[in-house]
Amino acid sequence: MAGSVLFDAPGPVTRARHRVYTLVASVAILAVIAFAVWRLQADGQFEYDLWEVFFTPDYLSAILEGVLITVSMAVFAVIGAVLMGLVLGVAKLSDHPVIRWPAWAVVEFFRAMPVLLLMTFFFFAYFISVEREVLFIPEESWGGFLSVIVALTLYNGAVLAEVFRAGVNAVPKGQAEAAYAIGMRKTQVMTTILLPQAIKIMLPAIISQMVVALKDTSLGYAVAAPGLTYIGNQIMLEFRNHVPTVLVIATIYVILNLVLTWLATLVQKRLVGEKKPLEVPMVGEANTGGTPL
Amino acid sequence: MEAIFDNFDAVLKGFGYTLFLFLVCAVVSLVLGTILVAMRVGPIAVLSRAAAVYVTLVRNTPLVMVFFFFHFAGPKIGINFNWVDVHVGGFDFTSAFSTAVVALSLYTSTFVCEALRSGVNSVPLGQAEAARAIGLPFTGTMTEVVLPQAFRASVPPLASTLIAMLKNTSVAGVFYLAEALATMRGFTKDYADQRWGILISFAIGYIILVEVVSLIAHRMERRWRIA
Repeated sequence: MAGSVLFDAPGPVTRARHRVYTLVASVAILAVIAFAVWRLQADGQFEYDLWEVFFTPDYLSAILEGVLITVSMAVFAVIGAVLMGLVLGVAKLSDHPVIRWPAWAVVEFFRAMPVLLLMTFFFFAYFISVEREVLFIPEESWGGFLSVIVALTLYNGAVLAEVFRAGVNAVPKGQAEAAYAIGMRKTQVMTTILLPQAIKIMLPAIISQMVVALKDTSLGYAVAAPGLTYIGNQIMLEFRNHVPTVLVIATIYVILNLVLTWLATLVQKRLVGEKKPLEVPMVGEANTGGTPL
Repeated sequence: MEAIFDNFDAVLKGFGYTLFLFLVCAVVSLVLGTILVAMRVGPIAVLSRAAAVYVTLVRNTPLVMVFFFFHFAGPKIGINFNWVDVHVGGFDFTSAFSTAVVALSLYTSTFVCEALRSGVNSVPLGQAEAARAIGLPFTGTMTEVVLPQAFRASVPPLASTLIAMLKNTSVAGVFYLAEALATMRGFTKDYADQRWGILISFAIGYIILVEVVSLIAHRMERRWRIA
């Protein structure tokens, strides 16, 4: 492969060898796929009975509703997380230690914790008995719905706080200096100069965080939250068609995520250009200062 | 806080399972991820594409769905781990544990693959060209110039991946493994009035584990930093 740091451009002998490898690899991959298909066939997983539910309009609309709920949980969580991240991110950049340190502590606390821990906690401690019919959410799953949104907001908010901080740090220093030079106050510099530019840089990172949030809504399974995973579970229980259901539901998730990723790339190209996207440090690397861009 | 102190052995046992799961999955997913990245960056286009498809698919599937597959769908098509039955000390390593290892490792290995690949990509092409120019053979170029740099560059993303995996072990608690999260679940049900104490205790447990992993990663990163 030309242009790879690992290999020289292949000569005729190597090319011939690669052809042999390619053939062997293709046969092996085909064999694996064929074996999987044969296995499914042998266990009768292709029978129409098991797949019928996915061609039934009533169930299709139930699945669609699941998609709608899953996406709306992710959207609500991301909106909450952006607001929380904005507040905490700006607080972390504050000149006053009294504001900076609590913000730092909150961010570190929520980032180092499994989302599922928060979700389980909020569900069993608060929302387990909440029953209310709101919008399109069934009465008995409102508690789960709330726990998912609260947990995802707290976790992603903490992650986004880091994104915001990195984004503000990524705005060229001269911008803030120039703003101070023409006599703007600290708040004005932040709100009219730094944040608008930072948000442009951060948008792709925010969208990728939406992919994470969307994937994590499935954790709501643990607290009987509505959504795709829940619908899938119901279908499995009713029709005992575990293999087709898992395949179909997983495929829907993958498609949703790929669409979001594609959107992030598009936004990135539009707003950030060919520059490297903003990298978000994970837990433990947060204190080393801003990520160089 | 009595809920925690009276049942402290249960808490420890929960975190013990979490730790075992983390260690086993770390080894398995590092090995699988290395195999995947070898396929991904290797010269055989078919293997590279197969690995790319696998990584894209699994990375975009929620971990819960991977668990779903091995927990509910797997047994229907003859994939089960009922034959695993190991007991060490007070810990049982049975099918719940093995299912968790398989699901978590398959999921994490795709992220390991991407972390390692970013390391390889970070080595400038000129480095290899320079190595060849001074007459180093392929093995020399690899072992002296390319791989050490790639390895160093991939320590931070690998650490992030492992930390994420440590937090993801909690998902196993939903699928019948009595690790830390499952223990907390039981506590919040039984002692609802002490809920904040319970949350904070378990959170601190996870934070300690995460901090230890990130500390080790920091040490390695500093030791192997490129001058």
